[in-house]
Amino acid sequence: MKARHKRFAFLLVGLSVLGVAAWLVFQALGNNLSYFFSPTEVVEGKAPEGHVFRLGGLVQPGSFRREDKGQAVVARFVVTDNHQSVEVRYSGILPDLFQEGQGVIAQGRMGPDGVFMADEVLAKHDENYMPPEVAAALEEGHRKGVANMATGGGQ
Amino acid sequence: MIPEIGHFALILALVIALVQGVFPILGAHRGYASWVALAKPAAQLQFLMLLVSFACLTWAFLQSDFSVLYVAENSNTRLPQIFKFSAVWGAHEGSLLLWALILSAWTAAVTVFGRSLSPLMMARVVGVLGLVATGFLAFLIFTSNPFERLLPAVAEGRDLNPLLQDIGLVMHPPMLYMGYVGFAIPFAFAIAAMLGGRLDAAWARWSRPWTQIAWVFLTLGIALGSWWAYYELGWGGWWFWDPVENASFMPWLAGTALMHSLAVTEKRGAFKAWTVLLAIFTFSLSLLGTFLVRSGVLTSVHAFAADPSRGLFILLFLAVVVGSSLMLYAARASKVRSHVRFELVSRETALLLNNVILVVTTVSILLGTLYPLIIDALGAGKISVGPPYFNAVFIPLTVPLAILIGVGSLARWKRDSFANIWVKVRVAFVASLVFGILFPLVAMQHFSWQAALGMVLAFWVFFSSLKVMKEYARGRGIGGLSLSQWGMTFGHLGVAVFITGITLTSIYSSEKDVRLVPGDSFSLGGYEFLFKGTTHLQGPNYQGDRGEIVITREGEPVTVLYPEKRNYLSGMPMTEAGIDAGLTRDLFVALGEPLDDQGAWAVRIYHKPFVRWIWLGALIMALGGVCSAADKRYRLLARREREALAGGVA
Repeated sequence: MKARHKRFAFLLVGLSVLGVAAWLVFQALGNNLSYFFSPTEVVEGKAPEGHVFRLGGLVQPGSFRREDKGQAVVARFVVTDNHQSVEVRYSGILPDLFQEGQGVIAQGRMGPDGVFMADEVLAKHDENYMPPEVAAALEEGHRKGVANMATGGGQ
Repeated sequence: MIPEIGHFALILALVIALVQGVFPILGAHRGYASWVALAKPAAQLQFLMLLVSFACLTWAFLQSDFSVLYVAENSNTRLPQIFKFSAVWGAHEGSLLLWALILSAWTAAVTVFGRSLSPLMMARVVGVLGLVATGFLAFLIFTSNPFERLLPAVAEGRDLNPLLQDIGLVMHPPMLYMGYVGFAIPFAFAIAAMLGGRLDAAWARWSRPWTQIAWVFLTLGIALGSWWAYYELGWGGWWFWDPVENASFMPWLAGTALMHSLAVTEKRGAFKAWTVLLAIFTFSLSLLGTFLVRSGVLTSVHAFAADPSRGLFILLFLAVVVGSSLMLYAARASKVRSHVRFELVSRETALLLNNVILVVTTVSILLGTLYPLIIDALGAGKISVGPPYFNAVFIPLTVPLAILIGVGSLARWKRDSFANIWVKVRVAFVASLVFGILFPLVAMQHFSWQAALGMVLAFWVFFSSLKVMKEYARGRGIGGLSLSQWGMTFGHLGVAVFITGITLTSIYSSEKDVRLVPGDSFSLGGYEFLFKGTTHLQGPNYQGDRGEIVITREGEPVTVLYPEKRNYLSGMPMTEAGIDAGLTRDLFVALGEPLDDQGAWAVRIYHKPFVRWIWLGALIMALGGVCSAADKRYRLLARREREALAGGVA
């Protein structure tokens, strides 16, 4: 094989590996991103319908209840950013640090009845730690609440 | 008093590291022999100082000296002794001290085992390591001092995070750090060789065993972490594509590429510039990993409350290290071009492809890990990139890698032909197809084409590795294999075992969260799980409930598992899973939460076929690394060069 052909062949092999990888990356990124939304944004209709997203906020005190059916373990609770709130349904065991009044992130999609169907619920492993998204959502919720009060508008 | 000694030793270590970083390199450049001679004693003294410092912190933990803030935050008088010891590296400050200690230990090891290095090379290697140590020690002292006092002292500490009160954690961070930090050695060798302008086979031969040992530690560290997550986090997963896991996996992938390209550089003198670049890349990823874990920029199970000044410091440090290394590379790379020819069909090409694939995989994982940060920084929303992304990218890229293992290790250096390789691999090829497709049909519950594909690859790697062994043994018998040949064989057999584990666990595991009243039973994977109820549990620094689950298969007793739910003094709940481990399957039971007053509990039940093979594979790979690093040609080389040196002096 001539040197020129050889170089060309090397280049071709290298580029095809890169091409396949780039294609995989873009496919995977396109399909597997999940955006974060606060309860306020969900109520305002900003969250996508029929697509997976993450919902975060505090578990509203007093909102937790069980709906166990037979051997199935089902929990229901309300996630709030102290401005708006969204009801969540989750089938399975909740993480150890799940508690009313604590920060939580749930991944899943909106059900037809306006209840968020979570496939996964995350509560952090450090009791002092607040997921940054949740902290930001709470701040935003607080800001909106104050703004509403100032303009005399309610909910 | 003791903590002050520790603090003082730490400051001395910083000063010594600065001396170690500046004078030997300048001395080597200007030709001052006395400055060059500083390298060894400085490195060893720095190690001694850090050892003293670490011992002081350990003492403070063992004595429960709660006047030290770090101890008060992470220990407790009722903590068992072994965990008081491991609590030293249980949080940020202490784990960075361990990082620095390990770096100085590696450096001291180079000064001891690298006796045959020329004094100039030694000075440069030790100097580069000294500069890295300077950056880390400054970080430690100025932003994360573990010896900070808490006055007045508190009577009782806050207790170590219960997740970390486990033998897995006693071992996991030191192992991981040995690997992370160990990649500083090939990095320092590469920088030193560029500074000296000499990149020859000797340089590759020197770097290689160090790289292999670091890689072994990283492999074991990651495997331990995965195993720990499996049984201690309580949820039966062994890999989550969590940013912090990725932070350790990226240097591993780059390090694997580095080992293979070093092989080409040593044996054939090719890929020199590329190997240097990989060494820089690998160590940069280790630093990036430290940054990701320690700065708290990522939402992760491991991330701790963020301190922006720390993140900024590491980011700047990373920029300086990467920037200056790449500048040096740009200036010197043209001089180290290899002029070694090889044909398209050759072992060199296979190893080149191996490198391209490993690096591309690393970059895709890097992209997925940093993507949320980039998007957030651009203000385009908060997103997360989940396991599906990583699986979708990683698995297809691994398939050609597994195929290459067989082809590459049977191809000849320099020049080969497809016809020639086909003759060698055809038996392995046919056997892997037959066994791989039959395996899920015969041994598993149902057929799945993904399982068949995974098993074909596993058998392919297995049979082709056997073929490689047979080729090596030809004419000399199996005892004639050199340690480095055993190393390669074990490394690749480990991959086969690992692929088997991942494939079968991912496809055939079954999992269920169920509500069980005492006396209830549930069947999964052909096993019957009978819940007998829970009893109260009292531990040294926790209390809780212990469940009893009797497992039978077709009426025959299998085992009894006792999963626990603990509440620690610090207020944190913990799940201790009950696991019945086996070579072909694990049975895993974890207690969720009590559901009512009648003793009903939410219980998670898993049947996980072949999950042990994942860690077994990693162990076999690590064994391969140990064999390679122990090959006698490295020791022979060291002795010969020493003798040559002694002869030259005489």
